[in-house]
Amino acid sequence: MERIWQMYRDIPEGSGHVAAIEGRTGMKKPVIEFQNFSFQYRAQSEPTLHEVNLTIYEGEKVLIVGPSGSGKSTLAHCINGLIPFMYEGERSGTLRIAGETISDQGITLLSDEVGTVMQDPDGQFVGLTVAEDIAFKLENDAVPQADMIKRVFEAADTVEFTDFLEASPHSLSGGQKQKTTLAGVLVSDADILLFDEPLASLDPHTGQMTVELIDRIHRETGKTIVIIEHRLEEVLERPVDRVIVVNEGRIVGDMTPDELLCTDLLRTTGIREPLYLNALHYAGCKITAAMQPGHIDSIQLDNCIQPLQQWYNCVHQDELPVSEHPVLEVEHVSFGYEAGKPILHDVSFQIGKGEIVCIAGRNGAGKSTISKLICGFYRPSAGRIVFNGRDLSGDTIKERAEHIGFVMQNPNHMLSKPLLYDEVALGLRTRGVHEDTIRERVHEVLKVCGLYPFRSWPISALSYGQKKRVTIASILVLEPEIMILDEPTAGQDFRHYNEMMEFLNQLNRQGMTIIMITHDMHLMMEYGQRAVVMADGKKIADDCPSRVLVQPDTIAAANLKQTSLHALAVKSGVGEPNEFVGRFIAYDRGLRHP
Amino acid sequence: MSVKMLTYTNQNTPIHRLTGASKLLFFVLWALTAMIIYDTRCLLAMFVIAVVIFAVSRVPFKQYSFVLYLILIFFGLNQIAIFLFSPLYGVELYGTRHDIVHLFAWYTLTWEQLFYQFNVALKYAVVVPIGLLFLLVTDPSEFAASLNRIGVSYKVAYSVAIALRYIPDIQQDFQNISFSAQARGIDISRKEKFGKRLKNVVSILLPLILTSVERIEKISTAMELRGFGRGKKRTWYRARPLRKGDYIAIAMILIITVACLVITFADGSRFYNIFK
Repeated sequence: MERIWQMYRDIPEGSGHVAAIEGRTGMKKPVIEFQNFSFQYRAQSEPTLHEVNLTIYEGEKVLIVGPSGSGKSTLAHCINGLIPFMYEGERSGTLRIAGETISDQGITLLSDEVGTVMQDPDGQFVGLTVAEDIAFKLENDAVPQADMIKRVFEAADTVEFTDFLEASPHSLSGGQKQKTTLAGVLVSDADILLFDEPLASLDPHTGQMTVELIDRIHRETGKTIVIIEHRLEEVLERPVDRVIVVNEGRIVGDMTPDELLCTDLLRTTGIREPLYLNALHYAGCKITAAMQPGHIDSIQLDNCIQPLQQWYNCVHQDELPVSEHPVLEVEHVSFGYEAGKPILHDVSFQIGKGEIVCIAGRNGAGKSTISKLICGFYRPSAGRIVFNGRDLSGDTIKERAEHIGFVMQNPNHMLSKPLLYDEVALGLRTRGVHEDTIRERVHEVLKVCGLYPFRSWPISALSYGQKKRVTIASILVLEPEIMILDEPTAGQDFRHYNEMMEFLNQLNRQGMTIIMITHDMHLMMEYGQRAVVMADGKKIADDCPSRVLVQPDTIAAANLKQTSLHALAVKSGVGEPNEFVGRFIAYDRGLRHP
Repeated sequence: MSVKMLTYTNQNTPIHRLTGASKLLFFVLWALTAMIIYDTRCLLAMFVIAVVIFAVSRVPFKQYSFVLYLILIFFGLNQIAIFLFSPLYGVELYGTRHDIVHLFAWYTLTWEQLFYQFNVALKYAVVVPIGLLFLLVTDPSEFAASLNRIGVSYKVAYSVAIALRYIPDIQQDFQNISFSAQARGIDISRKEKFGKRLKNVVSILLPLILTSVERIEKISTAMELRGFGRGKKRTWYRARPLRKGDYIAIAMILIITVACLVITFADGSRFYNIFK
């Protein structure tokens, strides 16, 4: 094994591509082998992985999908050695990485074979500059300084990032951060690259760039690539050799993307199918592997055009609901944390009573700042915010919170009591409400949020999605008229996404006005009644999502991207593309809320 | 984040340009010297030097204002406590007694006590600026490298550096948490009564600790996955050889240390006595 890698390293630059192809077509070397492998975390009563059999070969590019709690992250932890070296538990069966059983190697030795890119690059930077962060692995390997500087430069060059070596990782954009972490694993000679949910927390455009970058590295270096992700459509933007579907700790599918997309495995395991296939299903088309449905560019639509045309003719686009009297008005608001560095510039918009409005925009566009101004955390330097016709500028944070609830993205920033009941009751207690009334209102809210069965539970025993609900409940109990939610669906899989959004939708139908800060395009399409798009501190669009999401300028400025529906319309020649997207959204909503 | 407190900012001054090792050596010797001696002349001289160094570094006031106020409060408390617990300690030290005024009970203000407490105050004034400055002008990863160079295990050195490095993130977390707490009616501003306010701060601390633990877990996982802790030795990307400025700084601190010790102990006591 070692010899083969040596050969790999000795191959002169530029011929990596050829080597990769030989690796795939010629004799296949298994580099990751699970045999009857089971694993049970020490703190859990049931195994997380059952009898897993999986072999990944040298030079392959494999995608592992599965809903939250399916065991896909556990699988990743087994590959990079976090299991058993950091998370203890009971293992049975065998696991070989690069031909060696894992218990022989320590986690640091394993890091020579497997380079891991974890989700959320922000929390894992160790260096003060990009260069230092990339060098971290080499520093630990005690590589001499001169050699290190050369290799860091080469790694940065591979991801085209040499101009930023002296920058601070925290000052970078999402995509640049991702490049830094990627260079940080490329700098070592690890032949297996493991990506653990690389798209989580990235906006659609940056996500696409990342997928392209991973693909380029795969082609140029011939390394084995394993991607763990539940955003299937985005990863499939670039070809993968195989998709492994994990559900309830077992491998339930191991096939090419084309094969996978004509089964109903995605639906049964709760993974979102690509939008263009969604549309074809709505039109009643049957998908077969022969149609090559893996990518919108490759799919053969010959038999689909007729049903698609019929479906298109039957569906009508929604009219933009006329917003009734505005409940919240943001009028010519400007703001900057530091003098001379404005974050927001003359922003105005209105929120109608009972609306669901999405505020979108790339990181740093000012969308979170807007919500902080509305809640009174900061004061605008110019302009005013009006609630029900009354200027809010004299109100404190606490007074505004009576009308406007704010749910943070990270639930752990809000949870301050050990018990669920106390947490939800907290806001009422500080307002001096009588304990009997508190019990009544808390129980009522817990029922609405589906948390009533857990009312006496400690918060630490809840899942991430449940914690998120607790934070919503603790705001809801104060009976605000507007709720602002920062990325309400971040880090949640398709099933939890649906549950969360149906819950919010239900609240909305009871009269709650909802503002969501998000870059999740599905969320905008499926639930947003209106989207306000921010770029560089200015409002650049304010329209219904079906119109916003087809405007090329808006899409580019907000780091969104054109949906595959658009491409489907162009390719099939059915309808005008913008109209097609609009009708799809209308139809899709009709199915959700008849 | 509007103001970043107690964090390294990259400025180009002679102080910033020193290597981490010389900064650390300077700080350690400086602090030790100031702690040992009570010689008013030496302390005054050191105080002047500290002010000059601080001015040269051009660190903006708002970066350390909060910490400075905090230190001043503790300093005040400390001075009062010294007087309350041993009002005649100065008399004992200097062997003479010159009363100024009798206060109450056994509390009499003496010139000796005043002089002693003046010396204590001077020690603060000498150590605090250099200590603050050290935090403000030392790049955390260089700090780790320099700790490692003077013999501290690199694992310990790195954990200190990471802690420093994440101060701004934790400040950001704190701000988010306190905002959401305030929205739910947990007030930590001055409008609230002190006792209630203290209780409210505690309820903000729990989520802060939890998110910090989460951060630590994440970063330590990321570090292990990149081979941290594999060998007894590691190298440093940022390691720099000593330059002229470093030699000057080291020579300076050696001279200051030796001079102070010699002057102080010339008369056989570490207290400078003006009453004889």
